[in-house]
Amino acid sequence: MPFRIDRLGLTLAVAVALVLVLLPLLNLQPNRILPGSGVPLGELIAQPGAQRFILLMIPTAILVCLRVHPALKLGLSALSLLVLIYALGSDSDALLAGSSGFARLALGSGFWALLLLLGLMMTDALIKLELGALLRLLLIVGYLAALFALLANGLWDRLSLMLEYHNQPTFWQQGVRHLLLALGSILPALIVGVPLGIRCHRSPRVRAALIPVLSLLQTIPSLAMFGLLMIPLSLLALSFPLLAEFGIRGIGVAPAVLALFLYSLLPIVSNTAAGFDGLDPAVLQAARGMGMSRRQMLWQIELPLALPVMLSGLRIVVTMNIGLVAVAGLIGGGGYGTYIFQGLGQTATDLVLLGTLPTILLAFLAALLIDTLIAMTQREAR
Amino acid sequence: MPALAATATPNAFRFLLAWRGVLIPLLLLLYLALFTSTLTPLLQSLTPVGAPVIYIRDSFINLIGWHLLLVVLSIAAASLIAITAAILVSRPSGADFLPLARSLANLGQTLPPVAVLALAVPAVGFGSWPALIALFLYGLLPIFENTLAGLSQVRPEIKEAAKGIGMGPMQVLWRVELPLALPVIITGVRLSVIISIGTATIGSTVAAKGLGEVIIAGLLTDNLSFILQGGVIVALMAMLFDALFQRIESCLSLGQNS
Repeated sequence: MPFRIDRLGLTLAVAVALVLVLLPLLNLQPNRILPGSGVPLGELIAQPGAQRFILLMIPTAILVCLRVHPALKLGLSALSLLVLIYALGSDSDALLAGSSGFARLALGSGFWALLLLLGLMMTDALIKLELGALLRLLLIVGYLAALFALLANGLWDRLSLMLEYHNQPTFWQQGVRHLLLALGSILPALIVGVPLGIRCHRSPRVRAALIPVLSLLQTIPSLAMFGLLMIPLSLLALSFPLLAEFGIRGIGVAPAVLALFLYSLLPIVSNTAAGFDGLDPAVLQAARGMGMSRRQMLWQIELPLALPVMLSGLRIVVTMNIGLVAVAGLIGGGGYGTYIFQGLGQTATDLVLLGTLPTILLAFLAALLIDTLIAMTQREAR
Repeated sequence: MPALAATATPNAFRFLLAWRGVLIPLLLLLYLALFTSTLTPLLQSLTPVGAPVIYIRDSFINLIGWHLLLVVLSIAAASLIAITAAILVSRPSGADFLPLARSLANLGQTLPPVAVLALAVPAVGFGSWPALIALFLYGLLPIFENTLAGLSQVRPEIKEAAKGIGMGPMQVLWRVELPLALPVIITGVRLSVIISIGTATIGSTVAAKGLGEVIIAGLLTDNLSFILQGGVIVALMAMLFDALFQRIESCLSLGQNS
């Protein structure tokens, strides 16, 4: 069989080679704040871990350029990334030897670029494998769990990102708070939004009145919305001190939750309406013919069939809110945004990363989870 | 597009009605930006004693200008790159890239804008540059996704017909596919512009010039009046652009149907 070239794979492989030559995988910084200089490739390549990674990366890059089975590409690129992460950890002791106690070894632009490129290779292979949604979810979660197990084992403890993590004893509490804030405003939005969406489906007049208002709310920038909501809330708290005791204050959680609730309404209402609009009239006719009551039709026919479209509205809302909670860190809402803005204030890149990476990961995992649910409900509905 | 006769009152009235979504925020915005001081008595109660009522470190016109400059520059660049990329991957020679590009556009939208902004700072430092880069990167996705969707919904028989009358591939692209996809592409640009106006506001936390600095100054000094001024002006700006692009979209799709 003649080998044919995969243009995407070729582009990615050339990019990997360029990154390795041009960008530093690691930076050696004199202390936490000052920017450092890249560790040159020549110095890195003298280390055993880096050698192992290069030895694995070369065949991976070659195979990615060819049209071989995607499972092989997926396995090799996933393994390359694991070996890279392992190498950076295991080589860090030797690379830090001879530097002062304040010196830090930080992940460099080359590492982030390689992470992106290997991630692209894995994503492409994963798409071409055409796995079932549940199996795909399990693979990704399993891989991430393996990465976390490596980090939890102290593999990266000499790298500055993990040093920063060990400086933040409340890291996991902030994560729980971040999720609670993001999800806490969705439940009330669902309770209000789903019935409103059904109303919109049944009455064009309600729809014409409601949807423009909700879309107008959606256009208001988040920082402006938080600020504008702070004003009535702090006036309330000033005139009723008891409310302030319950946390209804201008600064903090209350304006954030209220803002997220308002933002969540549009995707929920319009997707519920769209889901109900898309139902097959023949199915409804048949259900009515079987003698179902209106309530039975709603719960047993309409809602389950409209569920996939409603869930894709939920996906928008969940990922949007996870990002917006990070902005709420600015007004004292807590969550990972706190680290982002503290880090920006102190120009401490690693603290910024410690807030940004978990936020991205949470949003990504939430989207993946809901995508799986959508695929499963779609199959059931068929 | 409806022809506008300035002399005919019903037409002028219809014009005002159709464009009210644009005109109302525009007039309010101009009033707030130029005559803010007339609101001083109203805002007095929101201001801490002794603090300035109206933001004075820069004029609102200046701040609006900076804010818009950031948005326009980054979205113009993003449109150029995203539309070109979408055209390339939708050609037969780009087919290898299509599945990955599709799922990237989908995945990328789960990235929080504030995360992109925060990650741009270590790369280029503080100031307007990280905001520009974040707005550009985040602006790519909706435009790319919508251009792909718009191009793929052009019916194959229309393209065949265009080829049949002797058009080359470039002509089919410029004179058939892109005009038909334009309303959907404009929707993508609108989404990007709205997100950018919001992200540029947060950009003030990394020292980008713009209206966010009024809100942030208000947050730092507990001055609700500043927060109100900044918040209302940014919100009006977002509404103005949303309405403007929606008008363009509906004019374009009207032109196509007739």
